[in-house]
Formats: sequence, structure tokens, C-alpha cells
Amino acid sequence: MKNEPILRIRELTKNYRSGSRDLTVLSQVSLDVERGSTCAIVGPSGSGKTTLLGLSAGLDVPSSGSVTLNGIVLDKLSEDEKAQVRSAHVGFIFQSFNLLPTLTALENVMIPLELKGEKKARKKAKDLLEKVGLADRAGHYPAQLSGGEQQRVSIARAFANEPSILFADEPTGNLDGETGATVEELIFRLNTDAGTTLILVTHDLDLASRAGRVIHMKNGKLFSDSLVDSVA
Amino acid sequence: MADKKAGIVWLVKMAWRDSRRNAARLLLFMSSIVLGIAALVAINSFGDNLSDEIDGEAKALLGADLEISSRTPISDAVRERFDSLGFEMAEEMSFASMIYFPKNGGTRLINVRAVEGNFPFYGEIITEPAGEANDFTEEQKALVDQTLLLQFDASAGDSVKIGEVTFHIGGSVLEVPGQSAITTTVAPPVFIPLRLMEETGLNQLGSRINYKIYAKYPEEFDNTVFEDYLSPWLETTELSYDDVAERKEEIGDAYSDLTGFLNLTAFVALILGCIGVAGSVHIYLKEKTTAVAVLRVLGTSGQQAMAIFLIQVLAMALLGSVLGAALGAAIQYFLPALFDDFLLVDVAIGLSWPSILEGILTGVIAAVLFALLSLVRLRKISPLRAIRTSLEPAAKDRAPWLAGGGIFVFILLFSRLQLDEWSSALTFSFGILMAFALLAGLARLATYSAKRFFPSRSPFVWRQGLANLYRPNNQTLILVVTIGLGTALITTLFISQELLVDKVKLTSAPESRPNMVLFDIQSNQMSEVREVTQQSGLPVISEVPIVTMRLEAIKGRSVNELRSDTATGIRDWVLSREYRVSYRDSLSESETLLRGKWQDEVGRSGDSIFVSIEEGLREDMKVNLGDELIFNVQGARLSTYVGSIREVDWQRMQTNFLVMFPKGVLENAPKFHVLLTRFESPEQSAAFQQKLVKQFPNISVIDLQLVLETIDKVLSKVSFAIRFMAFFSIFTGLLVLTGSVLISKYQRMQESVLLRTLGARRNQILLINAIEYFLLGSLAALSGIVIALIAGSLLAWLSFETTLTPDILVLPGVYLTITLLTVLIGLSNSRGILSKPPLEVLRKVM
Repeated sequence: MKNEPILRIRELTKNYRSGSRDLTVLSQVSLDVERGSTCAIVGPSGSGKTTLLGLSAGLDVPSSGSVTLNGIVLDKLSEDEKAQVRSAHVGFIFQSFNLLPTLTALENVMIPLELKGEKKARKKAKDLLEKVGLADRAGHYPAQLSGGEQQRVSIARAFANEPSILFADEPTGNLDGETGATVEELIFRLNTDAGTTLILVTHDLDLASRAGRVIHMKNGKLFSDSLVDSVA
Repeated sequence: MADKKAGIVWLVKMAWRDSRRNAARLLLFMSSIVLGIAALVAINSFGDNLSDEIDGEAKALLGADLEISSRTPISDAVRERFDSLGFEMAEEMSFASMIYFPKNGGTRLINVRAVEGNFPFYGEIITEPAGEANDFTEEQKALVDQTLLLQFDASAGDSVKIGEVTFHIGGSVLEVPGQSAITTTVAPPVFIPLRLMEETGLNQLGSRINYKIYAKYPEEFDNTVFEDYLSPWLETTELSYDDVAERKEEIGDAYSDLTGFLNLTAFVALILGCIGVAGSVHIYLKEKTTAVAVLRVLGTSGQQAMAIFLIQVLAMALLGSVLGAALGAAIQYFLPALFDDFLLVDVAIGLSWPSILEGILTGVIAAVLFALLSLVRLRKISPLRAIRTSLEPAAKDRAPWLAGGGIFVFILLFSRLQLDEWSSALTFSFGILMAFALLAGLARLATYSAKRFFPSRSPFVWRQGLANLYRPNNQTLILVVTIGLGTALITTLFISQELLVDKVKLTSAPESRPNMVLFDIQSNQMSEVREVTQQSGLPVISEVPIVTMRLEAIKGRSVNELRSDTATGIRDWVLSREYRVSYRDSLSESETLLRGKWQDEVGRSGDSIFVSIEEGLREDMKVNLGDELIFNVQGARLSTYVGSIREVDWQRMQTNFLVMFPKGVLENAPKFHVLLTRFESPEQSAAFQQKLVKQFPNISVIDLQLVLETIDKVLSKVSFAIRFMAFFSIFTGLLVLTGSVLISKYQRMQESVLLRTLGARRNQILLINAIEYFLLGSLAALSGIVIALIAGSLLAWLSFETTLTPDILVLPGVYLTITLLTVLIGLSNSRGILSKPPLEVLRKVM
């Protein structure tokens, strides 16, 4: 298992029916991601990068092809089984933060821990908030936090279940330059500390350059892959 | 395969956490069902207490262990048989007659009850002064109903004349076992000693006297004697009888019908509340879509996500039902006053825990079922929605249809419990389903039409307001269904109440029609009565002869034979009734010939006699044109044939007959007469009655105006009771309307603020919202009214056998009220938003 790629994608295709037309947003994409690596997916809007991310995390069902995540073939699983896989192995950071507005910062971080049945969920969540520098805002609701603070809570939540792989969808997309840089730093630092595999989607080429591998998407296809290019 | 580690405790925790910031909205859901539950619990608790009271006072309701009654004098064989069984007996003759107050010349129609013996054996006739009922039969005393004494300013010690006998008033009657205030309204009771009955001279030909024997069983009487010996024997006689069990059952059934009907009106309030819950939950959960998607990303299963919000709904439903039950338990203390005139017993109100628990259970089940319509969709929310709006159509899901099916079954079962008939329950349930489908269809049509026929040249505010009807995430469907169904239910309630009242109301006499009936006129009095009438300035509009007779045979089979053959299907009253028939040569204004040929006169002796019978009698008698009927006219056999079938308008205030003979047959038979006349003023009526009763004490007078007024009073009490129940529906409807509109506030907030940011003025935004709510309110109100008219027409046709004539003013009033309320509540949402800076509002929303 240790030598196997943590993410294996083969001939992945995704089509949508829109009115009377079929839209192909992803076409025959294949790639492997090694454990512990950091990988950035870049490309213009509509290139299929978010679709690829979503399929990789088991959030969506491909039209054809397969996804194997941490040795588990996702295609055959039901929605609830995929949810269970995510609970055990996946962390997710959203562009729009997506904190539950009716829960405090601490409670938002506690959710993945409680789902796993963690007995010390509250303490661990507090520790995580401390790591992201928001221990004193534990009791605040998302509406009371700035955008950067919300994203930091989101990061804490993403690491709460000690995931094997972390997906980040434009994590700095809704933040200003300075805040974005802080968040970016936090993601990479925590990721290095935890030894998690990181796959992030971004427009930001500076952010992408921090990743060990950059995959360039265009028109739903793999346009370039720095790993392949460097080997080549 | 949901994560089992996150069990029910976590779900409850999440439900609680989420509810903290949504308390106001959740309270609004809860309030929708409170009144419906309150009404149900109040009615059921009251019904339970009433039932307990009837059980406890069953013997006092009859006043005896057994009551025998007959329209003809009861033979000594009965007395001998009762005597042999050791029964104590009391006897009574009761009939309608006139009372005369010599003190002031007042006269009134009364119910004379001539009694002897210790009646009532159980309970007592309560009089003022107390105890007068114990020994008044020993003297020449009368006990007079208190309303009569009040009306004619008389009291104990004064005199009254009944027939030829003058009585001293022993006291006023306050309460009689087995009689409610309503039943004594038209002809109040007056008790006199039976031994003086003969002297009154009121037992004459045609007098409708009801003969009764009351029996009290000896101590340790074995009831099997009644069941095995007495009851079978009584069945062979023409006597009617009631024992305590039967009387209890009759009364219980009557009140059970009443509480069943009232429960249904309470159920309407509950359904309305649940529709409000469904609408509010729908909009509430729409806003939770992203949160549910995020939970799915984090590892929650679809079932768990649904369970979190189900727990919230369950908690609110329980809280609302408990509050409703508490309110209902309090409200039931007012119900005895509301129904006082209809009750035979004094009801002691106490908490009925079965009713309270039943109400809570009903409320929780109903609210959860209705909320499930939207809750089940949460299972299918894709986690992908956390990162993008899904481009794919939602997966097909049968669960909402199953939830809908569950709701239908619930409504069907509940209404079956109240209505006691599957057909009525099915009609009610399908009616609601059809209404729902119709409203949903109309909402879809409105959305389509607004888009298809969009008036692109109309002013900006109109275009915006109209566009709001069909834009994504519009609330057209939910508001039209919620408000429309509420309007339909409440309007149908009012319409059915009017139908009920109209059905019972008697057609009042317009000018030139009779408004006074004199009956029990003997043949030898006719000419004098005619003279007195004309001398008093009253017209003799018609004189109707009446002959009494009994049926002896139908189609060659004797009534005894028919009575013992239960397969015939002929109703017993047809065979044992004393028929009061008349004769004339033409139809009256209240009659319509349905079939056959009217025989106006029998030309010669020996010719066949063709009688005309009423349609209802024909059905119960199981006869058709040409069938032979043999009557016994006070000893003489008369063979007749069914010549024609009539329909009679029984609501017309005039003499109507089940059987009508042609002229030339009964002229020489012993008969009595009825005279119809008309008075123009109460003074003329009073003066005429005084003169008549003095001269002819055996003649009774029905003042039709008084009857109509009395019936009106009774009906207004009935109407008031129904309106009291309708109040629950109306108030719930208002709460539902408020909730439906308020719940969409947050959506409105974002849109209105964005428009403000783009430069729209305050008045423009208010106008846009006003137009949208006006259109929604109008569509909902009109749809609801149309549905109510359809339901009312069906009710009128199928249940009341009449045609619907809705009040012209009520319907526009309903439309204006609903539309106006929708607009006002909708605008109240907007006002708060527009008075604040846009960014402040957006921060709150986000």
C-alpha cells in the first residue's frame, strides 16, 4: 500500500446533459498521485480542474473511467460508502470556506472528529484552532469572522480527521493578497507537519509553483504535467 | 452503510446546534399546529367528559328503567304484565295544546304532560319552589316551564287554563330529566295531574296524544328477564320502548355525531397548520442545501443529514403539540357554556389524559408527515453542491411520493374515525388531494404564463414583480398551495355552515301566505271558528280536513305478516304509523307530481280509489304505481291503489301530507280540521288567540312567525358553535400565511439589497415586492375560492340535496382580505431591510 499511488485515475470522463446538448467537461484523463506529494492543478475557467477535483474526492460520479483513492475503488461504492471513505481518509478546503453558519468555529472543527467517534473531539479541535491561531475565537460564529479567519477554521477542520489526502479548491480564491499568502503558508506548513498528500486547484501560479507537481488542464484534457515533462 | 460511530447522540447535538440560530423560524413552524391541536384536544376532552356524565346519569336521563310509548292508549295487558314482574309504574299522556293565562289573557302553544305516579323514578324535576314536583298530582296544580312564566309575567299561585280546567300554578319548572333547553323552546312543558286529563276535554278526535308507561324494576331485578322474556314480547306489540342502555346509546350516538363533526372542523385547522409546516419547512430546508452538501463532503450519510433536521421538526412538533394540548385542555372549560342549550346533562369538566395524549400524538404524526415531503429530499443532496451547482438534474426519488402517500392515508384514517363512514372519509380525503393538485397545477400554469406572455413593454417595477413569479427559486408554488388551500378550507367551512343553516331554516311566509295554523278543530266547531276568524279581521286562506287511519295491508299482505318478514325491507314506522290524510282535487303549491296520474275525484261509489303518496314514503313502503294499499279508517276497510307519486317541499310552512286521497271518498269519515290564516301584527295575533282559546280551549294555534323566530334562535346558537370552531381554522390560516411569507424573508433580503446597491429606490423595491405578493395573494385567494365553490356545490348536491347559493358579499370579502393580508405581511418583510445600509443587511444574511 505504501508504494502504491494514493490517487489513481484512469480514462476519467465526465459529460453533462445541458438542454439538448451533451457537454464534455472532462475527457479521458489519467494520472497517478504519489503519497506525500503536493500537486497543483491549474487552468483557465471551464478547463475541468474543479470537476477533476470533485471526481477525485468522490463527490461526483464519472461518466466513464475509474478513480482509486487510497487503494479503494470509488466507482463501485454507494454515496454513503464514499462518505465513509471521505470521513476516514479525506480533508477538503473550499473556496467559499463553507463553514456551517449555525455552528461556532470550534463546533465546525469538531464535526469530522465526532463523525469518527473521537472521544476527545473538543480538545483536539481546540488544539487545531490553536495551530491556526484562532484559539481565542473558538466560540464565534462564521458571521463574526473575517474571510481569512473563516478559511483558517476551514483548514483546521480539513486536518481534523488526520486525512491521508487533502483536496483544496482555490483556497485563496476569495481572499486578498496578504490574507491569501497567510492562508497559503498555513496550508503548506500543516501539510508538511502532517505528511498529507495535497492536491490543490488554483488560478494562482505563484501558489501552484509551491507544489512539487503542476498539472495544467485545458478544455477538459491534461495539457501538461510537470512530472511527466521533467521525466521527459 | 452510514458511519455507525456518529450515532443518535451526535445527531441530536447537531440538531440542537443548528436550531440555536433558527429558533424564531422553528417557533413559527410550531405555532402553525398549536391551534389545530388545541381544538382537537378541547373537543375530545369535552366529549370524554360528556360521555362519562351520560354514563353516570344514564338512569336519570330516562327517569326510569324502562319507558313504553304509543300513539294509541296502552292496553291493560301491559300493565298486568309489568305488575306480575313487580314493576313500579308511572303513566303519562303528552300532547300539544294551548295554555291560557287569565291574569293577562296570554296564550301560547305548550307541551302538556299529564302524569301520575312517582315519575321520574331517577333524577328529579327541579322546580321553584323546590319539591313542588313531589305532590302536585294530589291537587289541582300545574307546574309551568319557567320561560313561560317569565314571558307572561306569571308566578306560583297564579292560574292557568288548559282545556276546560283551571289550574293553580304550583311552581316553575327549571329542569326536567332527559330534556335540553333547546327541545322545550317551541312548546315548553307544563305538568298537570293525569287524573284531570278527562276534565280538560282535550282528548278528542285527531288529538295527537303520546301515551307512556314508565317502569322501575324491583331491587335485584335480573336483566335477563328483560332480554329473554319482556323484549321479545314487546317486539310483537306495536309499542315503542326504550331502556337505559338504548337511551344511553341514542344520546351517545347523537353527541358522538356532534363531536365527530366538530373534530373534523378542528382537523381542518390541523391540516391547515400542517400545510403551513410543510411550506415553512420547504423554504427553510432550501437554505440548508449547501450546509447539507458540506456535511456530505465531511463524511455524513444522506440519512444522517436528513435525521438532523428531522429531529428539529420532531422536537418542534412535540413542543407545539404539547402547547396545543395545554391550550385545548383550558379551552374545554368554555365549551359547556357554548353547548349548554343542547346538553341533557351538566358536564363536569376535568382533564382527559387519553384525549390529551391522543392530541399530542396526532399533532406530532401530522407535522412530521407533512415535513417529510421536503425532509426526504435531503438524502439525495449531492456533496458536489458544496463546490458547484450541479449541472445534472436531480436523481429520481420516490420518497417524497411515499411521504405524500403517508399523508393521504393519515388524513383518510383520521377522517374515518370522525365520520364513521369510509365513503365520507374518502370523499373528504380525495377532496383535499384534488384541491392540492389543482392549486399546484394553477401555480405551474401561472409560472408558465408569466414567462410565456411576459409583458416586456410594461414598467420596470411590473416586470420585476412579474418576473419574480417564475425566476429560479421562486415561491409561487409553495405560497399558492399554502395560502390557496387555507382559503379553500376556511371558505368551504363557511359555505357548509350556511348550507346547514339554510337546510334547516323553514321558508318564511311572504305576504299573502298563511302564517298561522289552527289545528284540532272538530267538525262541529268549523263554522264557528271560521266566523270568529273572519270577525277578528283574519282571512280564512284554507280549511284542510284530516282523517286518521291505519295501514292494514300492502299488496295483499297484512302489516302483521310484513312486520314479521324482515326481508321485505319495509320500514317499521310505515306499518305501525297512524296516518293523517286529507283529500282534495288538485296539487298544492308545495307539491310536484313525479309519476302517475292525479285523481281529483272518485265519480261513483265502487270506482277504484287512487291515492297519491309522497316519494319518501313510497321508498320506505317499497311500493310502485298500481300497488294496492288497504287502510283501516276507524274500523272501516278501504281498498286503494297507488295512483301517483308526489314530491313535497317539507320546508314550506303549510299542511303537507304523506298520503292524499281524491275527493268523493272520505267526506263522511270522522275527521278534524286545520285552518290556515294570516295575521298582520303581533297584537292582532295575540287578540285572536285569546278569543279563540277562550271559546275553543281544545283548538291549538301555531304562530309560524314565532316558530321561525325560535328556529332562528336555535340556528344562531348552532352557527355560533360552528363559527367558534371555525375560529381555530381562521387563526391558523393567518399564522400559516404569516409564516409562509416571513420564512422567505432571507431570500428577499439578498435580492432587495442587491437592487438597492444597483441604485433602485426604496419605493421601487417596495412596489416590486407589493406587485409580486399581490399577484401571489390574488392567485391563491381566487384559486381557493373556486375550490371552495366546487366543494360547496358538491356538498349541497350530494349531502344536503339542495343547490348552492353563496353569499354574494362573502366571497369578494374573502378575496380582498387574503390578498391584502398577503401584501401587507410581504411588505412588512421588506420595510426592515430597506431602512438599513445594504452592507449591514448583507453581513447579517451571510
